[in-house]
Order: sequence, then C-alpha cells, then structure tokens
Amino acid sequence: MSQGKSALLVMGCPEVPVQISMVIYLAHKLKKAGWDVTVAGTNAPVKLLKVADPESYYVQKMADLDQTIADIVEKKYDYDICFAFMHSDAGMTYGATFSAISGARLFAVVFGKNAEALGESIDYPAEKIVAVATHNPAPLKNKIDKVAL
Amino acid sequence: MSCIEQLKYRLYLERTSFKEAREYIEKNSEEVYYVDPGYRIFKDYYIIGIPPVAMGVRGKELLFTYVKPCHGTFVMGIDSEEEIARLRENEARKVKGSLKKADKAKAEPNSAPASFADIYRK
Repeated sequence: MSQGKSALLVMGCPEVPVQISMVIYLAHKLKKAGWDVTVAGTNAPVKLLKVADPESYYVQKMADLDQTIADIVEKKYDYDICFAFMHSDAGMTYGATFSAISGARLFAVVFGKNAEALGESIDYPAEKIVAVATHNPAPLKNKIDKVAL
Repeated sequence: MSCIEQLKYRLYLERTSFKEAREYIEKNSEEVYYVDPGYRIFKDYYIIGIPPVAMGVRGKELLFTYVKPCHGTFVMGIDSEEEIARLRENEARKVKGSLKKADKAKAEPNSAPASFADIYRK
C-alpha cells in the first residue's frame, strides 16, 4: 500500500538527457501507484521540467533542492522513499547527504557514461539502480521498472 | 541560492571532486573538524557532503566545501570567528557525548558477572 506515502525525486545536473525523461516517467508511475510525489532540483532541471510539463500533468509538486535539504535537516518534513538521480561526483555527494539526513528508503539512480564506476564507489546506505545510459533511457527504465516498492 | 554566495569569500579549489576538496582542507588547516552532512553554517547553508565532512580553521578563516550539482565541489574560505567558535563548541559537545557513552558502557557491562564456581568448572 502506497496511499498517502510520500516520494521525493532528487534531480542532479540536467546535462545528461535521460534524467528529465526518467524523472517524468517515474513521477507519473509513482503517482499512479498512489504515492504523493515531490520533485526537487536546482533552477536548471526545474525549468526543464516545467517546460516539458507545462500543465503539471506528470509532476504536481516541485521544490527547490536547497530548501528541501533545509526542511529535512530541520525536521519540518521527511519522505518515505527518495530517488536521487546522479551521474557525477557532485551528484554522488548529494546522494550521500540525503542518505545521512533523511530517514527515507534511498535509491541511488546512477546513469551516464561512467555509471558503473560511480555506482561501485557508493559506500553509503542506498539501493543502487545503475545503468550506462545517456541518450537512450531504456536501460535505466528497465531497471527502475524492476524496483519493488 | 544560499546567502554564502553574497558573503565575502575566497575560493581555494574550484570544480573539483569532493574527495580532493576534503584532502585540501585536511592539509591546509590549522585545525580540522568533522561534521555530519546537513551541518548548518552562515544561517542558511547546510553542508552537502560524503561523510566524514571536513571543516578547517586557519586563523580567523573557516574553510569548508561548497557543492553545486552542475559545477562540482569548491573549497571556500570565509572569515568568521562566530562560526569557528560554534564549530569548536559542536566538537566539544561530541567529545562530551562520546565520553558519557563510554562511561555508561563501563558501568553497565553487557554480560552478567561470572561466579568463581562457573570459571572453576571451565
């Protein structure tokens, strides 16, 4: 049962194309399964998402990444599950931060050219979803579809 | 955007990895403290990082990591005696807490005391 449960999708830098596609896909999939979904990111990925989904059909709640971290640290809010998208060292660092500050079940969604090496270097508590995917979202989508929630 | 970017700061490393930034702070600080991710500095910046997150003190300057998703990790330095004092206090609280835990562990051993007869039988 996921009714009433909350999910956070954390977007990293949007320079790898599959991220926005997978965030929209996963947000929609979780919403249909009854999850209350929030997507957090910095200005760049949030703008991309708003343009792609102008009437908020797929993503209803968006949040600023820094404010989301502040709210979790100050215990104003937390989530039941969190998918942190990452393809770079900075993305990994954000993933480690969410692992440390949040009580959510954390999924590290690792993609891009160096996904395998990045995935292996994750040593904080997280369930890893790793796929070498940059332009073609299918490898990442297939792995996300296998996640049991 | 955090207020940090509006403060008077110095950049020592730019667009690097978090590991290199941590090593820079460890090698170039007079005092090094380790905080958890989410440690707050300068009112509204919550430290992003992979534990252990190093913060350094060099004279009146606080050295710390600043991470931006599209640009990597930066090592920043900002003069702030107030933040340095808070960091030292935070460390003192941690040490005090761990000493209390150690005292408690000494006072309450996990296993029940063995009797002489039990030891003799072995």
